[in-house]
Amino acid sequence: MKMFAILLTAILTENFILSKFLGICPFLGVSKKLNTAVGMSVAVIFVMALSTAVTYPINVCILVPKNLEYLQTIVFILVIAALVQLVEIILKKFIPALYQALGIYLPLITTNCAVLGVVLLNIDNGYTNGMTGFAQSMVNAVGAGIGFLVAMVMFAGVRERLESCDIPKNLKGLPSTLIAAALVSLSFQGFTGVVEGIFG
Amino acid sequence: MTSIITAVVVVAVIGAIAGLGLAIASKVFAVPVDEKAEKIRECLPGANCGACGYSGCDGYAQALSNGETTDTALCNPGGSEVSAQIAEITGLSAGEVKPMAAVVLCQGHNNNATTKLEYQGVQSCKMAAQLFGGPKDCIYGCVGMGDCVEACPYDAIQLCDGVARINPLLCRACKMCVASCPKGIIKLMPLHEAKAAVLCNNHDKGVLTMKECKAGCIGCMKCVKVCQFDAVKVVNYCAEVDFDKCVGCGACHSACPKGAIDIIRLG
Repeated sequence: MKMFAILLTAILTENFILSKFLGICPFLGVSKKLNTAVGMSVAVIFVMALSTAVTYPINVCILVPKNLEYLQTIVFILVIAALVQLVEIILKKFIPALYQALGIYLPLITTNCAVLGVVLLNIDNGYTNGMTGFAQSMVNAVGAGIGFLVAMVMFAGVRERLESCDIPKNLKGLPSTLIAAALVSLSFQGFTGVVEGIFG
Repeated sequence: MTSIITAVVVVAVIGAIAGLGLAIASKVFAVPVDEKAEKIRECLPGANCGACGYSGCDGYAQALSNGETTDTALCNPGGSEVSAQIAEITGLSAGEVKPMAAVVLCQGHNNNATTKLEYQGVQSCKMAAQLFGGPKDCIYGCVGMGDCVEACPYDAIQLCDGVARINPLLCRACKMCVASCPKGIIKLMPLHEAKAAVLCNNHDKGVLTMKECKAGCIGCMKCVKVCQFDAVKVVNYCAEVDFDKCVGCGACHSACPKGAIDIIRLG
């Protein structure tokens, strides 16, 4: 039950893009079309889960025992970047179809703040207790990724509609996009407290 | 002191492991490059213009190599020559690329078109067009700041008296200018064939057009009535020519009271 609460929290109330304002760059950059938005989001889910799986043992087995928690940011970024490169090489060799589908998005999100954010927030949230902590971290990472997907897909829909709207000329393009993003974000604030209300 | 050393060692070791892992992986999992695609890529002009419909020359070469497309005649800048070269490499049949050149469909130079404001901002059509549709009274015509001049990879475009003009001998029909024009008034026309072209895109009513530009199409329908081949029609107060039906007889040109239709023979 607690896992489900973590998942829902990560998707809705603590949505990475719309509540924590992480990963705004791909949110604005790749949300023009629905299929690119989905491609990007799938890559994000994948990378978030993978980097959590790898950074969790590094944090628990190396950094914490040696009192090196202050190195988390630099070590995590290093590991995530190398890992994604490695995955890219392997994908290119063995699953070229998936490599083509993820395309440029995989290297793009290597150093995205949302990916680093999820592994750091796992630790901040206290998901550091043995196997339970690992499971909690993974659920939170996947949930954050799904939340990213939800936000991207919703916003891609909004933007596709905006394209055909008669917007005042001085608001066309980025200004109208930013206003729309603000409104979508505002609507997500409505989820505040919902998960706590359900799971008490 | 030890804590500093531990920190340095930890980061260094992790970095070294990651680097080594990547180096080994790139050797072990190396993917052989597609030689056929490389060869095709060398034949292509390398303008990366996207006229073929792929992401660039690399994309087109890849698509040809893995059989995604069998059409060797998609490269406009390369023309029939490149099509023949590709056909030789791939064993596909060579196609004929109809030679085309881009034309700016506007005669709103400084003598013809009146201006409504003096623009002093950034010298870019895209920027100027956002301010009340550009400095000219006509919001459909050439802005004349030369976005297409910058976009052209072959230096085929020049600004003449406030209107962009394209040299058909230098133009390779890559459509870069078509994409760069905020007014969308650059179109491709067949080379070496006489065709009627409406050198205006003004969709305002005739009365308004007359005030805005001396050479604007007022939608008077004279060209439609005089055309024996049903090639001209007027849509939204502006004439349009169907190049497939047009034989270049010149009847519409003589009938046009504003000189907005011209018989053009490029090249």
